[in-house]
Amino acid sequence: MIGNVAANFAALDKTFSFRFLWELPAGYDINQTLISYTNQNSHLRAAVVGLLNTGLVAIVGIFLATVLGFSVGIMRLSNNWLVSRIAYVYVEFTRNTPVLLLILLWHGIIINTLPHPRQALSLGGSVFISNRGFYVPAPVIEPAFWWVAFVFCIATIIAAALYRRGRRLQLSTGIRKPYLLYGLGLTIAATILAFYVAGTPVTLDRPTLRGFNYRGGMTLIPEFVALTWALAFYTSGFIAENVRSGINAVDRGQRDAACALGLTENRTMKLVILPQAMRVIVPPLTSSYLDLMKNSSLAIAIGYMDLVATLGGITLTQTGREMETMLLVMAIYLAISLSISWGMNIYNRRQRLVER
Amino acid sequence: MIRRLLPLVVAATCLGGIAQADTLETVRERGHLKCGINTGVVGFAAPDDKGIWRGFDVDLCRAVAATLFGDPDKVKYSNLTGKTRFTALRSGEIDLLSRNTTWTFSRDTDLQLTFAGVNYYDGQGFMVPKNLGVKSAKDLDGASVCIQTGTTTELNLADYFRQNGMTYKAVPIETTSEALTIYLAGRCDVYTTDASGLAATRAATKNPDAHDILPEIISKEPLGPVVRQGDDKWADIVRWTLNALIAAEEFGVTAANVKSMAGSSKNPEVRRLLGAEELQGRAALGLKARWAVDVISGVGNYGEIFERHLGKNTPVGLARGLNAQWKNGGLMYAAPFR
Repeated sequence: MIGNVAANFAALDKTFSFRFLWELPAGYDINQTLISYTNQNSHLRAAVVGLLNTGLVAIVGIFLATVLGFSVGIMRLSNNWLVSRIAYVYVEFTRNTPVLLLILLWHGIIINTLPHPRQALSLGGSVFISNRGFYVPAPVIEPAFWWVAFVFCIATIIAAALYRRGRRLQLSTGIRKPYLLYGLGLTIAATILAFYVAGTPVTLDRPTLRGFNYRGGMTLIPEFVALTWALAFYTSGFIAENVRSGINAVDRGQRDAACALGLTENRTMKLVILPQAMRVIVPPLTSSYLDLMKNSSLAIAIGYMDLVATLGGITLTQTGREMETMLLVMAIYLAISLSISWGMNIYNRRQRLVER
Repeated sequence: MIRRLLPLVVAATCLGGIAQADTLETVRERGHLKCGINTGVVGFAAPDDKGIWRGFDVDLCRAVAATLFGDPDKVKYSNLTGKTRFTALRSGEIDLLSRNTTWTFSRDTDLQLTFAGVNYYDGQGFMVPKNLGVKSAKDLDGASVCIQTGTTTELNLADYFRQNGMTYKAVPIETTSEALTIYLAGRCDVYTTDASGLAATRAATKNPDAHDILPEIISKEPLGPVVRQGDDKWADIVRWTLNALIAAEEFGVTAANVKSMAGSSKNPEVRRLLGAEELQGRAALGLKARWAVDVISGVGNYGEIFERHLGKNTPVGLARGLNAQWKNGGLMYAAPFR
């Protein structure tokens, strides 16, 4: 194999080098940049921008998929016929449609049904929804803000101490007092007070329509929204089934025992069922997360500039370095996948220790 | 480390075997030409109502097949995007790339391609919906621009806006048909590509009059057929097929009269072109004496091809402009057959 590649490279008079990454300016623009980037930056920086875009989709997508998946999974087991049927239809629809179609579908819905920026839907005059994106005000932070942040941290530490005290009290005496609520109340009240004492040090940069598009504020581009939502939507169906199987795997006797002890339905779920179910849920959950992350490489279908679209796409064509760029892209995906598995394995190990 | 990973990559990407050093020999043995064309641009490469690919770029593939086999139908097409085209050519998946490809320095040198001539002189332009009220590209500051990825257009656009101190929001797109959908949905204010591509795209809309092509042409885009570098005989075949098409128009040789002119023409160059007199070097390329007769009777001369797919009587409706014969003030100028 190596010999074959070497022969091919020699026949094509090609060299193997990664120098193009920092020696050539990328020359192309990217429509969503989490770090500053212009078309005069190197291909390497373009690749990093793409990598961050992949990361953003993966993180937001995994979060959404988990929340949705757990909710639907639990709904699926509901005694309410309607609720469990709705969850069933949701699961079957999401699991049995190709993810690429879902991405195209949501993108199509956004760009075809939402209005043009000039007729954008306005929520309270500061949030605008159009087929070019979702525009929200961006916070502009003034120096005095850090005092508010400081007060917030102190209040949080006090709240955490209160919470621990409440737990100790409950473990030793069985009396439950709403220390968590006290702590939360303290934190919120102190932060709001500090915010006004410091003279409201955060102002909002509202998006305004200038020329062709809205400027100012923050923009969520339709491609990001469609991709993230489609991936979360698709993956949540799988997660819901994992959750259902995990909960079903907990012995019926556990529920009966909790019931006999007089625990409410919610507490039974939270304190007895879910902790045991997690042991079953986590391993397949890890592979759902990995799938979501890898499926994010379909981004190019709707023009979201992720790692594959930048380094493995435009950089590849402009420089003609197929082997180098593809190796890099694969190595990066491998690294991300391995770190997700690693993190989930740690979590899994902790779940196992909880076992009887 | 990298050497250890290589086999994995090769297995994964399935490059099409060892690239052929002697394409001419390979194509002859195979019995048909593998030609890379666009995924669908009206006039350049688009399927007709029977599903057969037709167009200006397609006819160049057909002309090369006629040169080699005397039969323009001996072609298999691969539809390639802006991103996949060079990889397909360099890996040997196709023999010839005839897909609105701009001849540039870096492609010729760094990407190790050989451009076998220019069959269309183009330039990048902008198309906007009429109701946007934009009359010049200079008014486009802040606009969202739909653009195909992996093209020179992308780089020109960045240069043009930088040069004029304007900003834009890129909306990257894979294929022309996608571009049209997304542009019509209003995701972008303006679509930019080569002017010929704009005309073709506009022709494909339901109401072409609702769209304006702005007067600015911001780049030079000489489009032409591409082959792998370092395979001179094969490049010669393509280059001289193209020259034959252009020369035929210059000398008034058409699909209709080529057979009679092969016998009756008194012009020595036409006689050499059409095989009535010996053309020195023809045998070295393995061409039949009447190869050019096959080409022109099969697909017509350059002007006929242009008028059939792009001209005034087609939906695309392009004027010859720079692509007229040199005698008519254009840039089409075939090297002599001598």
